[in-house]
Amino acid sequence: MKFSFLAVIALVALAFLGANLGSGMQYLFGVIIPYVAFFLFIGGFIYRVTQWAKSPVPFSIPTTSGQGKSLPWINHAKLDNPSTIGGVIGRMALEVFAFRSLFKNTKAEIHDGPKLTYESSKWLWIAGLTFHYCFLIIVIRHMRLFTNPMPFFIEPLEYLDGFLQVTVPALYITDLLFVGAVTFLFVRRLVNPQVRYISFAADYFPLFLILAIATTGILMRYVIRVDIVGIKELTMNLATFSFAAPPANLGSTFFIHLFLICALMAYFPFSKLMHLGGVFLSPTRNMPNDSRMVRHINPWNDPNIKPHSYAGYEDEFREFMAGAGLPLEKELPPEEPEEPAEAEETAAEGEAAQETPAE
Amino acid sequence: MADTKVEQMSVKVVEDPSLMTGAIPAKDWMDVPAVFKPGNYCYPGKPSIMEYHNKNLPGLFGESREWEIEDDDWKLPENWKEIIINGIKERLDKFRSFKIFMDCCVRCGACADKCHFFLGTGDPKNMPVLRAELLRSVYRGELTKAGKILGRIANGREMTIDVLKEWFMYFYQCTECRRCSVFCPYGIDTAEVTMMGRELLHLVGVNTNWIMEPAANSNRTGNHLGLQPHTFKENAEYLIDDIEEVTGLRLESLNFNRKGAEVLFVIPSADVFADPGIFTFMGYCMLFDHIGLDYTISTYSSEGGNFGLFTSNQLMKKLNGKMFAEAKRLGVKWILGGECGHMWRVIHQYMDTMNGPADFLQVPTSPITGTRFDNAASTKMVHISEFTADLIHHGKLNLDPSRNDHRVVTFHDSCNPARAMGLLDEPRYVLNNVCNNFHDMPENTIREQTFCCGSGTGLNTGEIMDLRMMGGLPRANAVKYVREKHGVNTLACVCAIDRATLLALMEYWNPDVEVCGVSELVGNALIMEGEKEKDQGLRFEELAVKEGDTDV
Amino acid sequence: MYDSKLVITGLAIFVILMTFPLWYNGGNAGDLPKVEKPTNYKQCVEDAAYMRTSHMVLLDDWRDEALREGKREKVKAGDIEVEKSLMNGCMMCHVDKAKFCDQCHQYAAVKPYCWDCHFVPKETL
Repeated sequence: MKFSFLAVIALVALAFLGANLGSGMQYLFGVIIPYVAFFLFIGGFIYRVTQWAKSPVPFSIPTTSGQGKSLPWINHAKLDNPSTIGGVIGRMALEVFAFRSLFKNTKAEIHDGPKLTYESSKWLWIAGLTFHYCFLIIVIRHMRLFTNPMPFFIEPLEYLDGFLQVTVPALYITDLLFVGAVTFLFVRRLVNPQVRYISFAADYFPLFLILAIATTGILMRYVIRVDIVGIKELTMNLATFSFAAPPANLGSTFFIHLFLICALMAYFPFSKLMHLGGVFLSPTRNMPNDSRMVRHINPWNDPNIKPHSYAGYEDEFREFMAGAGLPLEKELPPEEPEEPAEAEETAAEGEAAQETPAE
Repeated sequence: MADTKVEQMSVKVVEDPSLMTGAIPAKDWMDVPAVFKPGNYCYPGKPSIMEYHNKNLPGLFGESREWEIEDDDWKLPENWKEIIINGIKERLDKFRSFKIFMDCCVRCGACADKCHFFLGTGDPKNMPVLRAELLRSVYRGELTKAGKILGRIANGREMTIDVLKEWFMYFYQCTECRRCSVFCPYGIDTAEVTMMGRELLHLVGVNTNWIMEPAANSNRTGNHLGLQPHTFKENAEYLIDDIEEVTGLRLESLNFNRKGAEVLFVIPSADVFADPGIFTFMGYCMLFDHIGLDYTISTYSSEGGNFGLFTSNQLMKKLNGKMFAEAKRLGVKWILGGECGHMWRVIHQYMDTMNGPADFLQVPTSPITGTRFDNAASTKMVHISEFTADLIHHGKLNLDPSRNDHRVVTFHDSCNPARAMGLLDEPRYVLNNVCNNFHDMPENTIREQTFCCGSGTGLNTGEIMDLRMMGGLPRANAVKYVREKHGVNTLACVCAIDRATLLALMEYWNPDVEVCGVSELVGNALIMEGEKEKDQGLRFEELAVKEGDTDV
Repeated sequence: MYDSKLVITGLAIFVILMTFPLWYNGGNAGDLPKVEKPTNYKQCVEDAAYMRTSHMVLLDDWRDEALREGKREKVKAGDIEVEKSLMNGCMMCHVDKAKFCDQCHQYAAVKPYCWDCHFVPKETL
């Protein structure tokens, strides 16, 4: 945690220096680094996903979270245990857009007796959902700085988000919820003993980073207030590859905000944040439960692995089988001792058999 | 029986400081070594057994040797570390699940208190997230740049002998039950991680005898118990004697290895051998006789269970291959499977992929009802509960549920049929038709949220009784709840491992609850043609006195 | 690569969404706001840098002081005195809403609620 905190502080300091060491540094921090970070983000993301996709899904392993498709009169849980592509799309949509699995979360406690209890626990789900949706809306809102003229959805979004009309400029509801949710997720990591024990730098770092991004953004809007027209000049230049120098007087806070976002983008593909891509590729969620209906193909299935043959089995036990009246493929020879058909394997197995006591 | 008395255990699980009881461990988990003591580990595979496996599947099981878990020196091959690292790389390339599960976890902790072993032991490394981190940390430390440079800051670590020992401890305290994967927002399935972990351990010859010996038996004799064909047949026939005693009927329909039968019936072998599985077997036989099914049982493929699932995908494939091979040899039309949990995970999710296509079989159709089992159109294998539920639904069974009135029943969903298949309502439908008193356990402990018996994946061994009783606590606790609320005295299940393990678990935590297979209750309720008046159940237990009888 | 059709489709959607600003603008940054400055007045109530970032705060304060607290004393802007008023103060110099206010507001997608109450002067409509 300390390491993550210091790392974010160091990033802030670096950006502060960059903002205040002349126009050359401002060009580096305002133009070059954003491009590098953005292409690391896109390129890295594609790289990671294609790396995953290079490995096959050898077996059909959906986690079935409800009644499977069975007899026609048995109520099939089409979303929790889909048997068709349509069902899978429904399941995935609920997973991606509503965090359905997290919604099922329970909290277990042990009491005297012993007595175990499980109660529904939705806090993580609420905070997680709030965090992700606010993040999404905030990113979309920022498109006002990256488009000119603006697409149709910006204005209604701005209006709805600022609906409360408190403070000047109008307070965004998402800003409030976002900081609240990130803070909750951070405090939860500290307070919940189980989560605290499993958390490490890679868990705290993105939280600190995102919190710092939100803080600088909020400072720029409500406290310091920055020259938004100047900033849009820069962001539009970025969006249109003009490579022009950043306008003067954008202020250190803006450069810190921008640099931290760059850090987040560059860090993204190489971190747990890749769950954005991973959630779509998870075989326990994105496969239909139809493995008895349709044969799933494993590209590396080894045809050379064969069961111990019946012939070998009968060879080993023929006498006993005959004695017990079990049907045989090859009748016992009248008198002469039999010759094993699969000499080597049978002999080996017979030998092991003597050392293998029956349970 | 367990080393710790139940009275002590009851206090220990609640009061001992653990992550489950709210105490935060003082040391970082990487600094807590695995310490083996009698009772917390399974014995290693015997050299003769491992030699046998090595002959059949070379290169997967390391060297056979004498070694002891508690010894410092596990007599690993000199290049064991290289074998493990290369093994990880190979599996990353072969399994997308493994690769994604190594990368995607955000450590949200949703899985933490979902694992029965964590709930029972409070051991942090039994939280699914941390169990996966045991391997993930090595993946980071040895195979990613960030992990190599940042080391522990990035939760990366080197593969060491202590790590290997830790893996052995905790990948054998996971029953691959998949409960965590229901709750994970990315569907990360610890069962997949445990499977990889166990495969890796096997590569350097680290294994447990309780898995490897039944697997060897299964390969050679056809079943885990090592019953040879004649013994298997005799055992089954003893049970026919018992049926005769209870019903007055001599069932002539039981037969073995018969070519040309319509259906091959594959059961977990424990059902012909061990109490209370034998009563389940009696139930099957009565059912088939009652409906006149043209079936046969194979002594060669006399094991539905597949300990390869707990070992490596190759061994799983090899053992499973017998079913289709035997179905082909006997020329049956389709296969019917008995009550076994992990057997059905293999059949449902692996069998067709590994050993199909079964194009020599036909889409299963019930000869009694005409129902086509389209859900098994490719694998051509039907679960006995599906089959029975269809019979009951079509009114083909003559049932008297009051013959189970001495039982107040609840149902334990076995992990695999529940979470790797979705077989939830079929057995309940059957139960509701064969007995009058059925009560489900609380909703967070059944269906897809069901708790493991605590001893699956080859942990059903006497040397780790305490662990098993702790791991089974959540299940036992839910049974206790319905016992107190509804007077439940019977725990029904569709799993042979359960029938063995729940028995011990109930004896320990809920001594007056009996364990049975669903088909036993079907057998009890069947009104067989020509039967004598029944006053006993299949285990010769007294039936409840009928109200009607007393009135007369 | 396995399931390449699905994976590539997914990645394409991802890239299209993420590069939205790059293709939406078509490489054209559009016009910068052209603010028409008053010709006959040289100085505002605060310096230009402050007004650029914080005029909304000033206006908000003015509203509260003038309307809610009745403090209507004038404010100095260089040599002249200005009323604490949007219509009679600010717009005495910045006469044209469209050529002054709207220029930046439209550029930055800001929709101030000044005009919820105030009528827009007819000549600037």
